[in-house]
Amino acid sequence: MTTDRIAVDIKVPNQTRYLCLIGHIGENIAHTLRSYSGDREKLAYDLNLVLTEAMANAIQHANEGDPAKEVHIEISIFKKNLFIKVFDFGQGFDIKQYVEPSHPLEDHGRGIYLMHTIMDEITYQPTDNGHVLEMRKAL
Amino acid sequence: MNLQIEDKGAAVLLLVEEERLDAHNSGELKNQMLKLFEEGKHNLVVDLQSVRFVDSSGLGALVSGFKNASSRNGNLKLAGLQLQVKSMFELTRLHRVFEIYTDSGEALASFQQ
Repeated sequence: MTTDRIAVDIKVPNQTRYLCLIGHIGENIAHTLRSYSGDREKLAYDLNLVLTEAMANAIQHANEGDPAKEVHIEISIFKKNLFIKVFDFGQGFDIKQYVEPSHPLEDHGRGIYLMHTIMDEITYQPTDNGHVLEMRKAL
Repeated sequence: MNLQIEDKGAAVLLLVEEERLDAHNSGELKNQMLKLFEEGKHNLVVDLQSVRFVDSSGLGALVSGFKNASSRNGNLKLAGLQLQVKSMFELTRLHRVFEIYTDSGEALASFQQ
């Protein structure tokens, strides 16, 4: 049996212009996996989306839009699970306040809701110098 | 952002010529729509045929436009959604909020009825 062993570690400036780069890495991972038997195009979109949402959150809510800061992202695959860690270096945000929007026109919470829908597990924990958003998806 | 704006009489057509509508460029779309509302143009068609990826910020910009149009007795209708973009509207239940047309011609014609 062929297994996928992938580990990507990337740091980018705290700027939204890099969302596209990070999103494309997610898409490329989905297209590269050997052992995935599900809908590959859907997985590509989903990984693009969760990485875009997680990084945008780190930029806007955790690093407070400071372009001098950076966002650190780790993507790895281990035992048929895909793990994403997004580290920020700011004050963080309260992930629990963003539950499923009660109405589709609600202004806030759509991004976290989408991440919860796509991933199997999400946590947001403090680190020594910021926070880490950790996500897992069974492949 | 590459955005073409054309006044078609019954409505203004906004053609988003970007592959992605995300947190990087959706603010610009939101501002352009606000400018149109200030000019008294309350009926908009946003054509997303070139867009193959939309995130929560992109959806948020369209929701903001929809709310602004509605509060002025106008409407914001969508056209040309690619399959995966359409799935995003379904996932967030926004497909029940927006009028979604196959192409901008149909969307514009709906304003003339």
